[in-house]
Amino acid sequence: MDHTEYPERKTYKKRMPVFWWTKHWSDFLFIMRELTSLPVAWSCILLIWLVRSLDEGPEAYYNFIDKLSSPAMIVINIFAFAGLVFHSITWFSLAPKAMVLKIGRYRVPGPLIAWMNYSGWLIASIAIICILN
Amino acid sequence: MSKKKIHMEPFWWTWFSVGGTAAAFTLPVLMLIFGIAIPLGWMEPPVYEELSGMLTTVTRLVILVIILLSLLHWAHRYRFTLYDGLQLQRYHKLISISCYGTAIGLGLYSIRILLNF
Repeated sequence: MDHTEYPERKTYKKRMPVFWWTKHWSDFLFIMRELTSLPVAWSCILLIWLVRSLDEGPEAYYNFIDKLSSPAMIVINIFAFAGLVFHSITWFSLAPKAMVLKIGRYRVPGPLIAWMNYSGWLIASIAIICILN
Repeated sequence: MSKKKIHMEPFWWTWFSVGGTAAAFTLPVLMLIFGIAIPLGWMEPPVYEELSGMLTTVTRLVILVIILLSLLHWAHRYRFTLYDGLQLQRYHKLISISCYGTAIGLGLYSIRILLNF
């Protein structure tokens, strides 16, 4: 609806309280899932910071590792890790609903897509650990 | 009277979903290693020479793509979190500009760092 064409028309909007999502567990989980974008952005900042320190030299790199070892940083990053894992789990379990995969006329069942995602996640994670270890 | 309107939503949503997938596969393990395992001493920090030696053109590009996609994912999702969670639909323009603006700013900075400008 274009309001400029009919200035007298206003759609009715119900006002919602700011903390509407604290009443039901499912609403709360929904907002928590949406908030996982913050740990995602935080990881990007840390990744940029890591590469920058590596480019600056050994001293900057070991400084960065020291900074990551401060208690406050560890606590933040434990929460961030929990958020990232929650993102991955919800993302992979929703993927089959957003995407229908067909091979010929056969529709690949949703749970199979989800499990392919989970195993891909596991393999990618183990590979990254092996590379960095 | 028909006005042609360009709908940006599908565009942002595509990058949101590609970015969400890139983040889901790679970020938890990186946070586990650098954010928890190394600081708590479960894992030795990689030696400087080895880790910086891994930063080739290819790995830099891979990391850059992960960062850029994840930032777009963040911008899109956080925008709607503010709309729905905090009921801030009134400020949608301001919120869109600050979310995508932050993502683009950080993205440009990451390009500078990752491509060594």
